[in-house]
Amino acid sequence: MAPKTSPEIGGMGHSVKRKEDPRFIRGKGTYVDDIQLPGMLYLDIVRSPFAHAKIKKIDPTKALAMPGVLAVITGQDLAKYNLHWMPTLMSDTQMVLPVEKVMYQAQEVAAVLATDRYKAADGVEAVEVEYEPLPVVVDPKKALEPGAPVLRTDKKDKKDNHIWHWEWGDKAATDRVFREAEVTVKQDIYLPRIHVASIETCGCIAHFDKVSGKLTVWMTTQAPHAIRTVFALVAGHVGLAEHKIRIISPDIGGGFGGKVPVYPGYVIAVAASVLTGKPVKWMEDRMENLQADSFARDYHITAELAAKKDGTLTALRIKTIADHGYADAAANPSKFPAGLFHICTGSYDFKAAHVEVDGVYTNKPPGGIAYRCSFRVTEAVHTIERMADLVAHQLGMDPAEFRLKNFIKPEQFPYKSALGWEYDSGNYAGALRKAMEKIGYAELRREQAEKRKRGELMGIGISSFTEIVGAGPSKHFDILGLKMFDSCEIRIHPTGKAIARFGTKSQGQGHETTYAQILAEELGIPAADIQVEEGDTDTAPYGLGTYASRSTPVAGAAGAMAARKIRDKARKIAAHLLEAAEEDLVWEPGKFSVKGAPNRAKTIQEIAFAAYTNHPQGMEAGLEAVSYYDPPNLTFPFGSYISVVDIDKGTGEVKVRRFVAVDDCGNIINPMIVEGQIHGGLTMGLAPALYEEISYDEHGNIQGGSFMDYLLPTAVETPRWETDKTCTPSPHHPLGAKGVGESATVGAPAAITNAVVDALWHLGVRHIDIPITPAKVWKLLREHGVTE
Amino acid sequence: MLVQVAINGEKHEAEVEPRLLLVHLIRDILRLTGTHIGCDTTHCGACTVLLDGRAVKSCSVFAVQAHGKEIMTVEGLEQDGKLHPLQEGFMQEHGLQCGYCTPGMLMASYAFLKKNPQPDEEQIRRAISGNLCRCTGYVNIVKAIEYAAAKLRQGGS
Ligand code: FES
Ligand code: FES
Repeated sequence: MAPKTSPEIGGMGHSVKRKEDPRFIRGKGTYVDDIQLPGMLYLDIVRSPFAHAKIKKIDPTKALAMPGVLAVITGQDLAKYNLHWMPTLMSDTQMVLPVEKVMYQAQEVAAVLATDRYKAADGVEAVEVEYEPLPVVVDPKKALEPGAPVLRTDKKDKKDNHIWHWEWGDKAATDRVFREAEVTVKQDIYLPRIHVASIETCGCIAHFDKVSGKLTVWMTTQAPHAIRTVFALVAGHVGLAEHKIRIISPDIGGGFGGKVPVYPGYVIAVAASVLTGKPVKWMEDRMENLQADSFARDYHITAELAAKKDGTLTALRIKTIADHGYADAAANPSKFPAGLFHICTGSYDFKAAHVEVDGVYTNKPPGGIAYRCSFRVTEAVHTIERMADLVAHQLGMDPAEFRLKNFIKPEQFPYKSALGWEYDSGNYAGALRKAMEKIGYAELRREQAEKRKRGELMGIGISSFTEIVGAGPSKHFDILGLKMFDSCEIRIHPTGKAIARFGTKSQGQGHETTYAQILAEELGIPAADIQVEEGDTDTAPYGLGTYASRSTPVAGAAGAMAARKIRDKARKIAAHLLEAAEEDLVWEPGKFSVKGAPNRAKTIQEIAFAAYTNHPQGMEAGLEAVSYYDPPNLTFPFGSYISVVDIDKGTGEVKVRRFVAVDDCGNIINPMIVEGQIHGGLTMGLAPALYEEISYDEHGNIQGGSFMDYLLPTAVETPRWETDKTCTPSPHHPLGAKGVGESATVGAPAAITNAVVDALWHLGVRHIDIPITPAKVWKLLREHGVTE
Repeated sequence: MLVQVAINGEKHEAEVEPRLLLVHLIRDILRLTGTHIGCDTTHCGACTVLLDGRAVKSCSVFAVQAHGKEIMTVEGLEQDGKLHPLQEGFMQEHGLQCGYCTPGMLMASYAFLKKNPQPDEEQIRRAISGNLCRCTGYVNIVKAIEYAAAKLRQGGS
């Protein structure tokens, strides 16, 4: 689509250079840890070496004797204010600091307040804690067995470790299709615990001003407004009212979902600042980040597909055990304990489907958040895309041909899925064909056949995913009761420049640039003349924040709607200035002119000036607008990815030789930024496919709790991504946009896994759980008779 | 202990504990906060600075080890209001998103291009493999470094 505005205006479709870059390339960003306030104290945290243990005694004496250590805060101290427990976003509860027992290794046990970070760390070393170890439950399946130790003894009536059961779809109809099916396949698929590991860890500075009674918290959060409300609700009883709380989310060094929850460290820092009246900084280190912050995934899935002999898919049945650690601290919309997992029918036309998920407690950190993915969508996509390949291979069909046969057809949109979603738009075959052409699919299959004859292992994997983002319509979507709208407030200054504030918060996505482009598109004011701000709850309008690819679908739409309100008023002012009827005016980006007399025109800048200097009698002065946008539906970006892998028989190493990604996110605001988002998303798809996992031994000891053994891909492992696009605009979004930040994370792991299984299918390999490490492949090869 | 350093050409001295890390001297005492911290195991490279022209991870060097030496940080790249070609390249090629890894990437590639002014893609990828980026997927970072290498060869600052 050619841009409608000139490059000077820089509306949609222009690869405008980012407004955020000049500060970042000079080292002049302001991240939380960059802020230093006079008299600031430092908080550090004592953590548990045990995964499950009674706390018999916490002795702060030695710590308190150390120079610079001011206080040791324990659960008992917080209990005086009833702040030792806090609610999670899923209406479960989690400890801030324990009074009785710890539930996972690295759990917060006590906090040390000191005059600098080294002294605080010294204090942590000196706190003496006596523990009595308790039996540990690591495996969620064992946690459900009768006789398993009950973990949440704090919940009076709790007799087991089961949190909730959730199911969706027509069970009877699905079972019927399965009974009559010509072909069925069944597979266990595990999506392991992983961590977003943004390069900036989490932290905050809490500053309570005793005179004004105002609490300001600079904090690594993706959702500052919701956090303010949560603080007010949780700490209202100790006198923190919402108008006395200001949350500032400054520059954020990557979020990906990990900066949505409220972590105990934030709460302890706030409590410490309220008690001392001093600013208190808490910055976790990388090991704390990996070991204690919310994890993602940990889904034990059993999936079944039913199909006809000709390859037509008929039904899908899924059962899942969701390991949530010791508390359900996911960040899903309230009504969806398993997130949007029921997008698991994917891009295919199913008659029937049924999905069940059971949440379980174990002795691991709480969570269940996203990993750069809308709520549980990667889990869904990985499952359906793996299963599609299994059936295709089993029937001897080419996986591409199989997909083309089963895709929802363009003319079926809007499409009502068997699990109740209304897909807004799509052209799945278009994206797959484009990807096949770009990568040279037929030629690769020939190459693979030749290599196979020579005993070389090469695989080609496809993933044709459907995303579901932009949460969400207020009828169904809320977090702790807060409806998931988002907002924009625009003020046009008399000289035609503007400031706009949004309820979201960029963590690298480039909102300062793309939001300005949206307003430039709608108002014809150059993007360069529009200042965008987010992340300060004292100035920005209320919004639910940035995660689940919701910024463009929801806040971006709010921006367009607010701009349109401004344009409506501008039309009235233009009519007054031009002495013409409003209906006789035509709009082109940046000006109104009189129909048939293009020279009689007023630019948006002239109109803005008049709004303050010469507005029509009876009209309010000024040119401002606010919009709170409640989306009518979610958006459904999609794409087809194809990867080519070579496997080293000697070492088991998988090398991604090529990876082609064709994405469709509807109309694009900034092509450069969209491509960057896809590159990044693909890398966060590669990461769990081949490298990342946080696992635990039987005692609940974390394996992979530092960058020593939690492997983030570097530039060496990461392939040179090849991207392309198709464009199917969203019919209900005011700009036809869909959101893109997470598509690639969601789609990529299946493309890589399918390629590896494709390379090994002839040996008898049917499935491999991610991460596909050299050790796993090496072992599989040996098991299947490859010894070389 | 007294530590004296020249940082981006400016002389500074500070009384520090022997255990103070160089990154904390730079960030917390000298208040140059462009140099970041992303790990505790020398893996992420967000803290990369030049010490007498060599790229080092300043989280793994004691401040006192820098005594009498010259340090260059990201804040020293721009000269007389003119961006270094690497800074320009990162902006032109969209080599950054959240910006957190960027200063480390810039300093690691600065040292690398001094040694190897005409690198190929693989050499660039290897040169920045001690620097983690979670946002960009590296493709555009590689392009940014190629942009700078080309510009430097043409004599651009
Ligand atoms: S902070 Fe990660 S290498 Fe220095
Ligand atoms: S730009 Fe965010 S870590 Fe590199």
